[in-house]
Amino acid sequence: MKRALPIALLVLTLVLIAMATIQPREDNSAKSPDGAVRALFQHIQARDYKGAYSYVANPGDADEQAFVSDLAGRDGSLRTYAALERIDTKVLHANDNQALVRATLEYATAVGSVYDTRDLQVVKKQGRWKVDWPVLKEAKVPPQVIKENYLRWDVITRGSDDDWGAQNVEAPRVRIVSMNAISRANNTVIVGEIENEDTVPGFVSVGATLVGKDGNVLGEETSFDKISHTLLPKEISPFRIDFPNVPLSTVKSVRMQPNSMLVPASADPVIGALHQQLATDSRGRRILQGDLINESGNVVNIPHVLATYYDNAGKVIWVSDGYVEQALLPQTPVPFAVDLPTDLASKVQNYRVTVNQYMLNPQE
Amino acid sequence: MIQVFRSASLEAVRKLPDLLAMLLAICWLSIGAYAAQLNVPATLPAGSGLSIPTSGRGHATLYLVGPGTAIKRQVQLGQNIEISPDDLKNAGRYVISLDGGSATFFVTAAAVSSITFLARPSRVPAETPNVIFGTVFVFDKYHNLVLQPAHVKFDVSSNGASVTRTEITKNGVAFVKLDSSKKEGPAQFIASSGNASMRRVVQEVASDPCSIRMSAQPDKNGILVQTDPIHDCAGNPVPDGTIVTFTLTDAKGKSTVDARIKRGVAEAQLPSSDGATISVASGVVVGNEIQWRER
Repeated sequence: MKRALPIALLVLTLVLIAMATIQPREDNSAKSPDGAVRALFQHIQARDYKGAYSYVANPGDADEQAFVSDLAGRDGSLRTYAALERIDTKVLHANDNQALVRATLEYATAVGSVYDTRDLQVVKKQGRWKVDWPVLKEAKVPPQVIKENYLRWDVITRGSDDDWGAQNVEAPRVRIVSMNAISRANNTVIVGEIENEDTVPGFVSVGATLVGKDGNVLGEETSFDKISHTLLPKEISPFRIDFPNVPLSTVKSVRMQPNSMLVPASADPVIGALHQQLATDSRGRRILQGDLINESGNVVNIPHVLATYYDNAGKVIWVSDGYVEQALLPQTPVPFAVDLPTDLASKVQNYRVTVNQYMLNPQE
Repeated sequence: MIQVFRSASLEAVRKLPDLLAMLLAICWLSIGAYAAQLNVPATLPAGSGLSIPTSGRGHATLYLVGPGTAIKRQVQLGQNIEISPDDLKNAGRYVISLDGGSATFFVTAAAVSSITFLARPSRVPAETPNVIFGTVFVFDKYHNLVLQPAHVKFDVSSNGASVTRTEITKNGVAFVKLDSSKKEGPAQFIASSGNASMRRVVQEVASDPCSIRMSAQPDKNGILVQTDPIHDCAGNPVPDGTIVTFTLTDAKGKSTVDARIKRGVAEAQLPSSDGATISVASGVVVGNEIQWRER
């Protein structure tokens, strides 16, 4: 009787350890189309790419390395810094042997949540549902030498031992060329464009202060990442400043503060935005989509797309932005899409896409 | 009452030697004060010494107070008092006092020895009148602002051409407004006065493009578009790095490339598309349009 309690505790401990260690059989989740998709992405979430690949129905077509690159990212892209946080699946249609499942994935990244929606074909093979993984045909650029004339600005600033009359080189002259305060739900949004009118590059930012009808300051915000901060000579960047929970009806005036600073900068890389067009995505949302192409020889790790929308009077009515999860390899097109509020879509007469970029190893 | 008077008289007799001594001291001081009549010049240049003759006998205390200077010294009357150049290097009003007597004098700045030159702005558009500002402050070797009029020569040279102007300082400051030269490039802006000289660099830059002309040709990756060398209306090449936007519009939508001017021209690759319209612009200046036909 004395030994019964320790033995019972030992058995209980072993049972608990076994319960914690043994994972549920994968086959359970593969009994339904959305279960298979969910199980695949749960393995991705756990960074078990081999386990995820076991749910691929077409391993002959979809190379494992390409599969991992597609989901885990490569070349220092934004996806390589992302963690899959949420998986939502929805069966769009299904029969006994195949189904179409929409997976909405939310990744947590350094620049906020990034969403990825994929419509995946799921097929039943030997009683198990597996995902027919879409094979990405990535254009390969043949080995070659791309000639570049690098252009760079460096700045010699005033030294501590210079006399007090020694002038520093002045900050670039920038100008807000348009500004529009609009009301979105219960928020006030300031959109506009800023131009570097000078002949040297500048690091720019735009701040705004809302003044209420009683003369009090209602809020101060900056454009944060809704702007291209480094502007080359004559370059124009859109900006957007959001004031959450400040109704436009309470605003009497807006004070704008454009700031500029002379910084060393490089004129490269050049990124083209090709085939831009307004479209409707699979979820019925209005988007501006196209392809980005890196015309330089370096890899652009994280591209950032800024879209400016104009009405028929040429006034800026909205600015949207989006980070592209893939890195831009030289001469290789990568698709992009940024959203456009549905209620504004009918007013859009023109648009302009600018591309901001972040490089891990800029060769300046 | 008599008693009181007597005791007071006795007291006075007893203190007589003291009273005599006091009287003597007053006489001596009077003589000393007379001796301390100070003979100093009304003005003297900074860094020059001063010798003040005195008369009388004995010792006295000299006080000298001026800008950044406060001196107390025991001096021998009857001899010259020497004030060293180091004690008189700051320009301004000085007060000298010697045993009750005092005098004031002014130390003025010495000859121009150095200048401080402010040139504004650091970048100016080429061929623009009255756009370069130069301000010079003249100082002597003790950093006193030289208030006496002095000649200051301003010289702007750029691409071999030079403009010179001479101004006279007023209250230590000379100011000039000059035109920028016709050609872009770094202008050497030199100000000089006496042996002092200071150089600044003012970047003269081209204005907006006067016109843009581009050509297009087929390329292995699509269409290669390239501008002719881009100049402003004065013929200066527009600075490298200036953004030139190429736009191709076709049935697939709009394709744009923000190219940078490099070595005077801008070029970009656009996707190949039959019947596309290609346009080019930089800032508010719009260039020619090309209707692209695949061969």
